[in-house]
Amino acid sequence: MEFVNIIILAIIVNNVVLAQFLGICPFLGVSNKVGTSIGMGAAVVFVMALANFVTYFIYYFVLIPLHIEFMQTISFILVIAFLVQVVEIIMKKAAPPLYQALGIYLPLITTNCAVLGIAILATQKQFNLIQSVVYGSATAVGFTLALVLMAGIREQMELTGYPKGMKGFPISLVTAGLLSLAFMGFSGLVK
Amino acid sequence: MSSLKVFTNGLLKENPTFVLVLGACPTLAVTTAAFNGIGMGAATTFVLFFSNMLVALLKNYIPDKVRIVAFIVIIATFVTIVDLVMKAFVPDIYKTLGIFIPLIVVNCIILGRAEAFAQKNDVSRAILDGLGMGIGFTLAITILASVRELLGNGTIFNIPIVSENAKTMLIFILPPGAFITYGYLIAIFNQLKAKYNF
Repeated sequence: MEFVNIIILAIIVNNVVLAQFLGICPFLGVSNKVGTSIGMGAAVVFVMALANFVTYFIYYFVLIPLHIEFMQTISFILVIAFLVQVVEIIMKKAAPPLYQALGIYLPLITTNCAVLGIAILATQKQFNLIQSVVYGSATAVGFTLALVLMAGIREQMELTGYPKGMKGFPISLVTAGLLSLAFMGFSGLVK
Repeated sequence: MSSLKVFTNGLLKENPTFVLVLGACPTLAVTTAAFNGIGMGAATTFVLFFSNMLVALLKNYIPDKVRIVAFIVIIATFVTIVDLVMKAFVPDIYKTLGIFIPLIVVNCIILGRAEAFAQKNDVSRAILDGLGMGIGFTLAITILASVRELLGNGTIFNIPIVSENAKTMLIFILPPGAFITYGYLIAIFNQLKAKYNF
């Protein structure tokens, strides 16, 4: 039950993009086509689960025993950057088809603030290892959901007319706002 | 480019918020009240100023291959300083800004300016650029925050603007209002830019 709560909260109620405003850059940048957003989403699920797994050990077995919790930001961002590189190298060698599909999205993930943000939030919420990994993957699934929905809407929007002044970012932001409004309907779903 | 132009570049022509649309996460998240805009802007400006300075100072000593990692370490250092200082001296603002203070480290404006400007220019110009970009960001998010606070709460900087009985649109303080207000402000900015050609 506890895990179901974490998952529903992370995917729908506190959607990482539409309610917590993390990962807005890829949300606005990569959400042009449904196909690419699924690819990006899959890469984020993978990295976010792994990042939460690794940062858990960094936080509880290095930072806390040494009493250097203030090094959290520096150590987490370096670990995430390093992790993305390692995943990229391993994937290239071990699973070329997967790399073909997800490879181009991996470098973008280092600057995805959702990964660092969720790692920090997981330590703030004092999750244990499994909760933390579940929280990370569920959040990333929520990210993918928002991205895919947005891409679907934007594909349709290409075909419709709207005022010239709204072209580009303004119309995307207003659309995201309406999407966020729809997601607010889920608040109160889980206590 | 003259020094003055380097400074004013970030205010209007290449405003990080309205033109480049960088650092959108804090822009949307913390702009529920005008004071938060100032707090976030000040923290970002501080980091931008010092990271640009240090990157420009060290540009000849950082090997090209590891420059991004080096920039991230420099930026993360100043973010940690801001984090600890704000926690100690302005705990209220620190609490409202929450996770978005450590997240300054992944704010694309800062890494973007280090990569695109500071590492190619001397220290004084890098500092001016950092200051200009920082102030441009602060102004933009304070404007956004003021609009949201006025529409959602009827106040600006906690000063009541509309009468107490007036109904305000709470939605503008909630997440959907952030996206919608930001979208319309960019549209207005683009129109003004096209009209007055700045």
